[in-house]
Amino acid sequence: MAVMTYIDAITSALREEMARDERVFMIGEDIGAMGGVFKATKGLQEEFGSARVIDSPLAEGIIISSSIGAAMAGMRPVPEIQFADFIAPAMDSIVEQAAKLRYRSAGTQTCPLTVRVCYGGGVGGGLYHSQTNTSWFIHTPGLIVVAPSSPYDAKGLLKAAIRNDDPVLFFEHKKLYRSVKEEVPAEDYTIPLMKAAVKRKGSDVTAISHGYMLQLTLQAAEKMHKEQGAEVEVIDLRTLAPLDKDTFLESVARTSRAVVVHEANRTLGIGAEISAIIAEEAFDCLDAPIARVTGPDIPAVPASPPLENFYMPSVERIVAALERTLEY
Amino acid sequence: MTEAIAEQKDLALLLDYYRRMLELRLFELKVQELYRNARLPGFVHLYVGEEASGVGVCANLKPEDLIFSTHRGHGHAIAKGVPAKVALAELWGKTTGCSGGRGGSMHMYAPEYGFMGTNGIVGAPIPLATGGALSAKLRKSGQVVVGFFGDGAVNSGSFHEAVNMGSVWDLPIIYVCENNLYATEMAFSRATKNTSVASRAAAYGLPGVVVDGQDVLAVHRAAKEAIDRARSGGGPTLIECKTYRYVGHHEGDPGTDYRTKDEVEQWKKNDPIKRAAKVLLEAGLADEKKLKEVEAEVVQLMEDAVTFAENSPEPLASSVTDHVF
Repeated sequence: MAVMTYIDAITSALREEMARDERVFMIGEDIGAMGGVFKATKGLQEEFGSARVIDSPLAEGIIISSSIGAAMAGMRPVPEIQFADFIAPAMDSIVEQAAKLRYRSAGTQTCPLTVRVCYGGGVGGGLYHSQTNTSWFIHTPGLIVVAPSSPYDAKGLLKAAIRNDDPVLFFEHKKLYRSVKEEVPAEDYTIPLMKAAVKRKGSDVTAISHGYMLQLTLQAAEKMHKEQGAEVEVIDLRTLAPLDKDTFLESVARTSRAVVVHEANRTLGIGAEISAIIAEEAFDCLDAPIARVTGPDIPAVPASPPLENFYMPSVERIVAALERTLEY
Repeated sequence: MTEAIAEQKDLALLLDYYRRMLELRLFELKVQELYRNARLPGFVHLYVGEEASGVGVCANLKPEDLIFSTHRGHGHAIAKGVPAKVALAELWGKTTGCSGGRGGSMHMYAPEYGFMGTNGIVGAPIPLATGGALSAKLRKSGQVVVGFFGDGAVNSGSFHEAVNMGSVWDLPIIYVCENNLYATEMAFSRATKNTSVASRAAAYGLPGVVVDGQDVLAVHRAAKEAIDRARSGGGPTLIECKTYRYVGHHEGDPGTDYRTKDEVEQWKKNDPIKRAAKVLLEAGLADEKKLKEVEAEVVQLMEDAVTFAENSPEPLASSVTDHVF
């Protein structure tokens, strides 16, 4: 067992899957000798050659559409999108081709594609290096949307994504890359997709989150425990679509209170869907309105630090929402 | 090989090509008839007039080679070997169709024949085919990949991105532009200043060839050369087949609001099937009786396809949520 950062865990998953299955290859801008802008693929071109770790122009349309074609023809591509903000040119092929292949071919064609997407704010990236656009993909049936919150999860989920026969959008939060470390097993392991995890047990209120926000939610839960003796159950969605509703419904049935935390803007964020599911299926269990802590409905994360700080949900805002929900 | 011997070899293929083109033509005319009689659902874009392109290219491919097709792709499917009855059942929305009826005209797949789908998104097959060829190269499979597209796709960004990368990566791919002069109603000359698609190849550093798309042997020669080159590691080729659709953009478009009847008639005089028949008769490779026999066989094939498709079961409504993941 080694202590790894989130990015080391991703590199390790990529290396192991490349070694395990020669159909796995990667493509993206400067992912080769440079190792990608965040160094997630560092050393892999040297190890596996330039045919399997392919440097491409910064042309997301062809990066993804050629990956889909290769997936249709027997490969398991793992393209990299440098910043989630840049993925729009690839939307056509992701939504119109990858997401629909299995369905429209009645299962004769699948699309074993894992698109690694670096997302999220909090690092001063400004308008086009900070977005959280997970909802674009959540709203597209046929795609699996994964957003790990920790190094252990990142490795196990990425390996599971690469082995899955359907297209996966794998959202890696840039703020997590080097800020969180934990023990990650050296031996091969995977974490099931489409299954949430209880990251902290509690009986007073259920907090549901994912990605970087999950780390903040855990900090908020610890603060609530220490300062107020309140026990917050923290659920990590891990996969945003298709959504594992059983895990949070079971928790809310016990705690009777729910707070959803996400970085994507509020309207039609994953919190909207979770709130609707709880209202539809667990209404009788609730002792308080469902609360959401989210990014605001503004076009992008602004560059100026005070404005960015306003955008990003914080431990304080999560604590405030938990308190309101508990006091209701 | 002298030119005369080469020509003799090509001529020996012509009766087979004649039959294949007739299959594509009569399939589409049957679809037109069924559609006009409201027996077939959906939208259909027919390939009538363009048969020499699909046949001349696909006849030079191996079963394991891959083609990626367009919204006007029934002809490509049949040319690549998908049985007419299976294609027709797909159009009919029946479970015996190659995609269980849920793909229909514009999303039919038959990977077992190397047929990687028709596509309702214009321009989409070009980068998908590029990815297919990347796969072939990485797997060292020896496969050649063909991406078909119309003139309507060449002004989309996907054409530029795909042909550029296909050339950079030296992929075993043939980009086949079926230039039928109109994208729906938009004349190609109104959509682009340089009306030679083949000349664009120079910008990407790959060979560009223009060919009479109504001459199946001319298409055959250009395709064979490009396919042989791709298979031996020589990289991609862009082929522009100058062709024409006799019918409207889709079934229901009379096809005469934006082009003259005279223009359509002129192209029909240059019909690829009639031309092939003429050459066969003149070269003594077939007589009228033989050609009639071939036609009768193809007519029967289409009648059998209708019987098969019409009598096949429809999918259960409850299967609508199958095949999501």
